[in-house]
Amino acid sequence: MTAEAALRSPREIRRARYLGITYLVLSGFVLWFFGIGSWGEGIADFGMARPTDTFDWIPSLPVPAAAFAIGVAVVFAFMGGVQLVRGFGRWQNRILAIAFILFIFAFLGWAAAGQSFNLVGMLRTAVERSTPITFGALAGLLGERVAVINIAIEGQLLAGAFAGALVASITSNAWPGVVAAVLVGLFFGWVLAVLAIRYRVDQIIIGVVINIFVLGLTSFLTARILAPNPHLNRGIKLNSWRIPGLGDIPVIGPIFFDQTIFVYASLILVAVLAYTLFHTRWGLQARAVGEHPRAADTVGINVYRYRYLNVLLGGAVAGFGGAYFTIGTVGRFDENMTTGRGFIALAAMIFGRWHPVGALSAALIFGFADALAGKLGILQTGIPSEFLLMAPYIATLVVVTGIVGKARPPAADGQVYVKE
Amino acid sequence: MELQLRGITKRFPGVLANDRIDLTVRSGEILGLLGENGAGKTTLMNILYGLYSADEGEILIEGEVQQFSGPGDAIAAGIGMVHQHFMLVPVFSVAENVVLGVEPTRRMPAWLGPALAGAFGAMIAGSSFALSWFGWPTWLWAILMAIVGGAVGFLARWAWPFLTRSKGKARRGGSINMREARRDVREISERYGLEVDPEAIIEDLPVGVQQRVEIIKVLFREAQFLVFDEPTAVLTPQEVQEFFGIVRSLRDAGKGIVFITHKLGEVIEISDRIAVLRDGRVVGEALPGEVDQNCLAEMMVGRPVELTVAKETATPGDAVLEVTDLVVLDEREHPAVNGVSFRVRAGEIVGIAGVQGNGQTELVRALTGMRPPLRGSIRIAGEEVAGADPRHIHRLGVAHVPEDRLRHGLVTAFTVAENMVLDSYHSAPYSRAFVMDWGKTREESRRLVEQFDVRTPSIEVKAANLSGGNQQKVIVAREFGRENVKLAVASQPTRGLDVGSIEYIHSQIVTQRDRGAAILIVSTELDEVMALSDRLLVMYRGKVVAELDPKQVTPAEVGLHMAGAKL
Repeated sequence: MTAEAALRSPREIRRARYLGITYLVLSGFVLWFFGIGSWGEGIADFGMARPTDTFDWIPSLPVPAAAFAIGVAVVFAFMGGVQLVRGFGRWQNRILAIAFILFIFAFLGWAAAGQSFNLVGMLRTAVERSTPITFGALAGLLGERVAVINIAIEGQLLAGAFAGALVASITSNAWPGVVAAVLVGLFFGWVLAVLAIRYRVDQIIIGVVINIFVLGLTSFLTARILAPNPHLNRGIKLNSWRIPGLGDIPVIGPIFFDQTIFVYASLILVAVLAYTLFHTRWGLQARAVGEHPRAADTVGINVYRYRYLNVLLGGAVAGFGGAYFTIGTVGRFDENMTTGRGFIALAAMIFGRWHPVGALSAALIFGFADALAGKLGILQTGIPSEFLLMAPYIATLVVVTGIVGKARPPAADGQVYVKE
Repeated sequence: MELQLRGITKRFPGVLANDRIDLTVRSGEILGLLGENGAGKTTLMNILYGLYSADEGEILIEGEVQQFSGPGDAIAAGIGMVHQHFMLVPVFSVAENVVLGVEPTRRMPAWLGPALAGAFGAMIAGSSFALSWFGWPTWLWAILMAIVGGAVGFLARWAWPFLTRSKGKARRGGSINMREARRDVREISERYGLEVDPEAIIEDLPVGVQQRVEIIKVLFREAQFLVFDEPTAVLTPQEVQEFFGIVRSLRDAGKGIVFITHKLGEVIEISDRIAVLRDGRVVGEALPGEVDQNCLAEMMVGRPVELTVAKETATPGDAVLEVTDLVVLDEREHPAVNGVSFRVRAGEIVGIAGVQGNGQTELVRALTGMRPPLRGSIRIAGEEVAGADPRHIHRLGVAHVPEDRLRHGLVTAFTVAENMVLDSYHSAPYSRAFVMDWGKTREESRRLVEQFDVRTPSIEVKAANLSGGNQQKVIVAREFGRENVKLAVASQPTRGLDVGSIEYIHSQIVTQRDRGAAILIVSTELDEVMALSDRLLVMYRGKVVAELDPKQVTPAEVGLHMAGAKL
């Protein structure tokens, strides 16, 4: 016992203690606001199917809000106690995730008490909203795994959205728009790559410049070209496609398998990257380039080629993800329609610890916050939805400060590599 | 086989790093390449390894001229290099590091790529069912796209080797076969007696084992010629012996070996043949049986060299530094210094020996205020300074020659003059109120440059442009040039310096001692601490495990303590 206690550093001990206290505070909070607060407000009726679903007769899930919140409060109190007394060890972060989900449901129960609320519909929206964040996070991850920081994701998304809408409108077909979005993303990836790798300009500065440039350019073109010529911004889009079989599964089907190709592509890309990054030559060599470029160089790996390749790939991915904003949802381009999703994507990448599956999980959480913010107005809770839109940033701050364990970026991240 | 360097010349701006160098190594022999820091050894080996290209001259293997445009070519030609600073990815496993760049792969099933691409094509067509191009039904498009996707897949399969072009042992396909990699590592480690766990993560391994990984890495690439660049710098004397055993067994297995070092004893012990490099030229060759250390030293430096430090017996006074039960955490929050107590008295030199990474760095940081200790007491001249800031400690008369001169010793973008007052610029006479007095600053730095024999064209030259030896002299001048140094803490004071500078810095340290200062020397160069110290402490895993009289012990005994052996 003493030996183990000695091995734990003061920071870890402090962190465990903060977590325990946080659980206790949350317990009190949930008990007071969600438990007492929804006392007598009755039952929150969570809808589990939409009228258009194959199994539209699935009954809704009635949750007695107050009782549920009180139950959550008790669980929180228990978790806080255990955390303070002996800690959860390796389970600490998993317990934290469970606590997060419980808190959300206690909150939802409180917000929807006495009303009915379509849970499946909201989760579907959450998955949809998370898609561009996932693409952005994967783009960032591709770059940072080879030690090139890509702050320009926001710009690449916006450029992709614009090019997608414009080209789709010109050709009256969504697919050329998608291709154009990818090419434009690729172009800005190339700009970043050349400036960062060949000319060794500070990567953060290039990223900021690209973001401002794209915002300015698309705003200008929107005002001068799209606005006077409505036929150039006609709202051409891809419809959602219910995958035969998978899309018919109750609950899961409508959430994941009745979506646009963007959602499917993001899920496939996450799986592909999770495999290739950790099980293929490309992945191993790319990670070596990001961790210790000189070591990679000395075994004959071309560091610059990997950096170019990954940054270009990242640009293409971000461009494709940008097309989601126009072709994947509303079809029409609006000024600054990405509204900071590229930065949330960076947060998701860090939150997901530079792992594709982690990035997807983080993006889903942030997408959930986004979808929830949209629903709050309908539920009339009185909470400004802007608070929820802050959630990704707050979550990222928490991660960066190390409460959820240390997030370790690739060792050479952001560093210029100069061949000897 | 025979590896030959013929007339290799390499110029850097203002320096002739290699000047018409001829060298030959044959299979089954160990060539010792001896030279001082800055003699051009590393440049030469980087040329051999394809990292630099030579301005003139050629590399021949078995009489055939080689063209290396990068390390990949050198590896393919059978040249392997174990770098002084290990080229291992810390977060990768042993096996991953060994196979990096030449990974054994599993063949992807031939149908997989086309099938995936086909499915993707069908999905694209399927999800645009709302658009019926040319009036064709969606299912027709889906089939068509599946065929197109499949074709693209086959094309990609065919193009793959061109896209991932790499030389050497590269194989087709993308998926790494880690089981085969681990098996290969195990096989090599058994064949050459290099014990290591293929699944261990590099950053958890001690340096000695990391070096074994480097050797396995080179052997995995089927190198016929192995170059070791200062391989013993990070090892204890026992590990050095073990390492020599490995090198001999590699030689007996028919490998040609180049052993680069500046350590005279080692080069005589291990080499079959010795070549001495000075100022970028081969100044002599010798057989180890026919020369002694003094003779080699003279060849290496170009003049007779005093190999020992001249000093009188110490006459210690009162304790200046008293450290009690000190605990200091490292960056990862582990106790790097774990309960250390010792004293340093006025007029004596106490040396701290130990393998790098046993807490010496953190100890020095705590003593000089760069890292607050977790627990324990540090008293300098009677005043408690644990957790005090560096300036406060400096004002008590503590001189600090830091371990890493470029990061903590100098601001390389500043001039020599500016660097000379880095510790005292903030007070009179170098500044008044908020304004620097450059006149006084220049005057003082001119005095110091002269007194400490810093070879610089002017005091307005940027510190970055000085040689390592002169940079170190600037630091020593600043730290020792003050009046009334009570305690001097010098960490790796001569790392990477030429013999002349080493001699000079050693003599300055002894002068300070004779003036009555207490001196603490921390060095991983065992020869250095043994020669300088009046009293020797050995650190192992954050603790002082031995206190020895350097005159009474042999390096081997100290080495045992450094390795943590209980005596």
